[in-house]
Amino acid sequence: MSGTTPGGWLLVFTLALPAGGMLAAFALGGRAAERIALAALGLGVLLAGAVAARVQAAGAPLAYLVGGRAPPLGIRLQADGIAAAMLLTASVVLLAVALFGRAAHATPPGVAEARAPFAFWTFLLALSAALAAALLGADLFNLFVALEMLTFAALSLACLDGRASQFRSELRYLFFALIGSALYLLGTALLYGAYGTLDIGLLAAHARADAPTLLAAALMTAGLLARMALFPLHLWLPPAHAGAPPAASALLSGLVVKAAFVLLLRVWVWVLPPAPAGAAAPLLAGLGAAAILVGSLVALRQERLKLLVAYSTVAQIGYLFLMLPLVLAGDAEAARRAWLGGVLQAASHAFAKAAMFLSAGLIAGAVGHDRVAALCGAGRAVPMAVIAFGLAGLSLVGIPPSGGFTAKWLLLTAAIGTGQWWWAAVILGGGLLTGGYVYRVLAGSLTVPPATAPQPEPQAPGPARVALALALVSVALGLLPFAAFGLVQIGRPGALAGAGP
Amino acid sequence: MTASWLLDGLVAALVLGAAAWTLAAPTAVAAVVGFLGFGLLLTLAWLRLGAAEVAMAEAAIGVAATGVILLLAVVRLRGGAETVSAAMPGRGMVAAAGLLAGAVGLALALAVLALPDPAPGLAAEALARRGEAGLGNPVAAVLTGYRGLDRLLESVALVLAVLAVWSMAPDRRWGGIPGPRFPRQEDGPLALLARLLPPVGIVVGTYIAWVGSEAPGGTVQGGAILAAMWGLAWVAGIVQPPAIASRPVRLALVAGPAAFLLAGLAGMALAEGFLAWPPAFARPLILLVEAAMTLSVAAALALLVAGPPERAA
Repeated sequence: MSGTTPGGWLLVFTLALPAGGMLAAFALGGRAAERIALAALGLGVLLAGAVAARVQAAGAPLAYLVGGRAPPLGIRLQADGIAAAMLLTASVVLLAVALFGRAAHATPPGVAEARAPFAFWTFLLALSAALAAALLGADLFNLFVALEMLTFAALSLACLDGRASQFRSELRYLFFALIGSALYLLGTALLYGAYGTLDIGLLAAHARADAPTLLAAALMTAGLLARMALFPLHLWLPPAHAGAPPAASALLSGLVVKAAFVLLLRVWVWVLPPAPAGAAAPLLAGLGAAAILVGSLVALRQERLKLLVAYSTVAQIGYLFLMLPLVLAGDAEAARRAWLGGVLQAASHAFAKAAMFLSAGLIAGAVGHDRVAALCGAGRAVPMAVIAFGLAGLSLVGIPPSGGFTAKWLLLTAAIGTGQWWWAAVILGGGLLTGGYVYRVLAGSLTVPPATAPQPEPQAPGPARVALALALVSVALGLLPFAAFGLVQIGRPGALAGAGP
Repeated sequence: MTASWLLDGLVAALVLGAAAWTLAAPTAVAAVVGFLGFGLLLTLAWLRLGAAEVAMAEAAIGVAATGVILLLAVVRLRGGAETVSAAMPGRGMVAAAGLLAGAVGLALALAVLALPDPAPGLAAEALARRGEAGLGNPVAAVLTGYRGLDRLLESVALVLAVLAVWSMAPDRRWGGIPGPRFPRQEDGPLALLARLLPPVGIVVGTYIAWVGSEAPGGTVQGGAILAAMWGLAWVAGIVQPPAIASRPVRLALVAGPAAFLLAGLAGMALAEGFLAWPPAFARPLILLVEAAMTLSVAAALALLVAGPPERAA
């Protein structure tokens, strides 16, 4: 097991900065919380960029032994390619959501501190710390603690408006999340009993395909699927989004479910031996395919814009699972393409879905409701938000040039390359359905209102610019040269260090 | 030998029986009582396994703190009996959940029997190297040393939990005083208990937190006792919870994690790295962090029990 690498200290600060910021924001309260959050999340983007640059330059993961103690006794922090890429994604989305939230979650004048703004800024920092811990953790129990922090922060952000109906939906989310955590923890305990270590690197070197290991993996997978809302465990996700503020929905859909996905990959690609993982992967991908079809069809029929976007998350999460049978098929070239496709899907969906929820919030704010059938005039009232929604939709459908297109194209070619053409059919079908529901929203928004309609109130452009910037990033991911994506392969088992995409 | 097998078997059977009773209990209060009994039996089971720290934590958190929170919740839910019964899962759902839980339990039991024997573990190595941080209690050595990052994140999560509870309050109550107001008890058993017990409890709680580095005990266990003493005085109407906007409350809650984090960062400059203790003054530094941690745990547990703000300050 390698020790602390040069630049490993960056990982400590990536975690300590938001955690310390959260404590300071909680202690100082009021407007200080907002200032601390903006400063810490801004610095977080720089740190995440530095981590990604170091990983890319070294062609090897960054690692830090906490307290100078090596596993199995100590805990290791590690940034491999996927962690660095997702960390950068998370930090940019977090900062964007913070900038968006300056208008909606400012402490009102005349009071020193108000409930919702204080909770928003403090939990935003908490979420940032939890995401850093979940992405950088290399110890299964430490990752459990990160998952719990993630639940608390995400749940509280979703409840921010404090409506009773919302508490009921969030309680359902809490049940799914807690049962998921309990199953994950049971699996972790079994693995410790079997191997005497919880370090992912050590487990990867020693794991056997025996009954305790397989049961542990099954429990952890079930737990993580519940937290990711993979069909048929998606029931909590749409209601959890329905009454949440746009900023919370953006984080929940864009980032929180992705952190659970990275953990799932840690279990399936690192800990589990390739033979049983490869044998069981089509099952997960089958659920993913069902999620794509069911989620898209249900999204097509939604009356409310927020629920439409939420069901779209159920569908887009499904794509992530298609990568598993392709990565584990035993074909090095297909594995590389599928891996990049999956990570790119996770990242571009994070940007696109955050943009979509933020712009959906702006559209609903401008037209006074969020009924999909009656959005006419939104294009005139908040043109920038509608453009952001459309660009994000481009990426979700998979139209070139966009990050979503490149991701789906890579998965498609990997599917055909390994002779698993049926996944390719699902990808294409899902794209058509996605186009359908994105079109519904755009067509409605761009309809010219009757001349008698009241003039919409002018909106401040700041929040819409943030949504547009996120949407542009999700599109721009498709314009990056492939060489820039060598990063995500670093540290993947079976990948040659520093190999191209 | 036979006697200890019998005792263990009895404890295990009672744990299962208490769990079954909790699930089948006719009323919510009965279920809470069943859950408290279940927790106490589990404490006994941990003691039989030789895990004194876990037993103490189970008694403090799993029984005492959770029990009070559950009882308060039951009392509050009395107003909305219809909503509660409407939210209860149906018979089919309960049966399905029971079957699923039973299947997972059975599979776990079989998997545990298939684990290697003797179990590979880190206990021997941790025990051999416990002296490195100057801590005689191996559990403390693991928590403050090897698994310090877990503990740091958990202590941060405790602050989050308190804020999560507070943020459920109505907007107009923000900054106010949490929990119900209890009438001041001038006589009767509660009044007597609330005046006699805290002085003893504060000494015991502080001692258990202090002794944690050498013997079974620690910040969570000691902090829980301190919180319980405050809770007793609160229920007897002797003290009032502080307003959540007050600076001392906020500082008490973050003191532990903040001290731990700062000491950890200091380790990057003065010792082998983040969360390493500088050998020259490891002991005083650990003591300082543990003291702050005890304060924060006690404050967090007390405020979690008190609940969201309900009255103007």
